[in-house]
Amino acid sequence: MKKQILIIGAGTAGTMMANKLYHEVNADEWHITIVDRDNTHYYQPGFLFIPFGIYKPEEVIRPRTEFIPKGVHFMIEEVDKIEGEKNQVVFKSGETMAYDVLIIATGVEIAPAETPGLKDKLWHKDIFDFYTYEGAVALANKLHDWPGGTMVVNLAETQIKCPVAPLEFSFLADAYFTEKGMRDKVTIQYVTPLSGAFTKPKATEMLNQLMEEKRIEVIPDFYLSHVDNDKKTIVSYDGKEVPFDLLISIPVNKGDAVIEHSQLGDEDGLNFVQTDKFSLQSKKFENVFVIGDTTNLPASKAGSVAHFEAEILTENILSYIQHKPLTATFDGHANCFIETGFGKAALIDFNYTTEPLPGKFPLAYVGPMDLLKPTLTNHMGKLAFRWVYWHMLLTGKKLPVPTHMSMSGKINETKKETTLV
Amino acid sequence: METIVMNLPVNAEGYLLDPNTWTREWAQEIAQGYGITLTDKHWAVIEWLRKKQSEGVALTIRKVGTSGITDIKEFYQLFPGGPLKVSSKIAGIPKPVSCI
Ligand SMILES: Cc1cc2nc3c(=O)[nH]c(=O)nc-3n(C[C@H](O)[C@H](O)[C@H](O)COP(=O)(O)OP(=O)(O)OC[C@H]3O[C@@H](n4cnc5c(N)ncnc54)[C@H](O)[C@@H]3O)c2cc1C
Repeated sequence: MKKQILIIGAGTAGTMMANKLYHEVNADEWHITIVDRDNTHYYQPGFLFIPFGIYKPEEVIRPRTEFIPKGVHFMIEEVDKIEGEKNQVVFKSGETMAYDVLIIATGVEIAPAETPGLKDKLWHKDIFDFYTYEGAVALANKLHDWPGGTMVVNLAETQIKCPVAPLEFSFLADAYFTEKGMRDKVTIQYVTPLSGAFTKPKATEMLNQLMEEKRIEVIPDFYLSHVDNDKKTIVSYDGKEVPFDLLISIPVNKGDAVIEHSQLGDEDGLNFVQTDKFSLQSKKFENVFVIGDTTNLPASKAGSVAHFEAEILTENILSYIQHKPLTATFDGHANCFIETGFGKAALIDFNYTTEPLPGKFPLAYVGPMDLLKPTLTNHMGKLAFRWVYWHMLLTGKKLPVPTHMSMSGKINETKKETTLV
Repeated sequence: METIVMNLPVNAEGYLLDPNTWTREWAQEIAQGYGITLTDKHWAVIEWLRKKQSEGVALTIRKVGTSGITDIKEFYQLFPGGPLKVSSKIAGIPKPVSCI
């Protein structure tokens, strides 16, 4: 009988792993199965553009099966529990399935119910998210004839997927209202639990400056406790209140309930799986591996990160099934475009130990792109990402970007700062 | 840039350079600088932070809130301002890096 590699989640990371492993493992010996709840693959980075009418909703949807190789078995099932000691998973239906190697790629979703008052009577009336398809589409309808007022963009937590998306949303909102000739009727406030627009010093400096230029007020160190639907305010744990007419919320992001049921997550209850940050092996079971947003790695939760992880994880799973040591190591590499509005975008490239730095990013075929600076070329890169995503990334093709972060082209003029840990 | 605070070197932002040199007396002095008188509850939080930090846990306000020692609201009352930053300085551990 063939041995089984089971992948839970056919999103960005799981689909990439199915493609890569299918081309690498011996098909006489191994069977690959991938499961997901449904057959709809969303291009999540596209959710950012839907509220402003830049993408039409149908442009971000494709069937999952289009990207899963024919020789890989795709099942529509919801996994309820992973029983690591028994090397099996339990489906919602109660049926079980055994595995030799398991890959957890279940991603994260918004959990507005974690914050009192968030998903209440104003939800999708005056309070919106854009991290879901439904939220992005509802918000597009709302913005279409919104007369203006105070728009508050609020992050409920620090660990969210695509941490630059809320900034991009604010920049695009500024451009959208400007182009509609109503920017003077709109106040945009960016209310964050961080101490500035972003976490890392150099990028924060650039982003804070952009915020100022675009007249977006940053309200830092605001940790959301609850939403008051009657007063239309958001309230922090230390009692600060910010009133809104329109609230764009990035709710707490949580891993799937299967992680909780399987007791594989961190103590904070966010269902991020305890994962070795270099090898991507689960900390609990040696034949269980973790990839994408659902890991607890101190790295960005982004599609580009999942891509770099997939390169490393493929190598390590091949080593594992050949009983060799896991020698490939992930360095926390992330590479993200930041849409800054009016046809421009900035680019950041960083890893566990190196913060985003200014300079040039060498890119084969396309030429160098500017780091930490809004340019037209970067914007083209951002829009091209959708094509790259559907045609290259998901199907596991090599991209012209190195897996490990490179210092080539980056400028680091600061002296050693002891504060950077 | 480093400065010496109560005989121990801290970095430009006031975080103790070497967590192993930390003493309770030093912590008390630093807390006083923030107008905080350390109670048993404060100490429990500080000990928990030091333990988790030594285990390599990436600390967040949320994790303190689910530690069983205190909840987020009380954490803000214990260490007003930026509770995680202030308590980390007093606990003599490096600046918590929020992941991105
Ligand atoms: C608004 C927005 C903008 C973004 N912009 C960018 C960008 O510009 N660049 C970038 O690189 N990234 C971006 N991202 C992030 C990117 O989309 C994610 O990081 C990426 O999709 C993560 O892949 P994943 O496979 O870990 O999770 P997902 O792609 O979310 O897939 C997880 C899958 O697991 C399935 N699943 C979960 N639990 C179960 C279960 N119990 N049983 C069966 N199936 C299950 C889900 O149905 C889902 O299909 C953005 C995200 C958002 C929301």
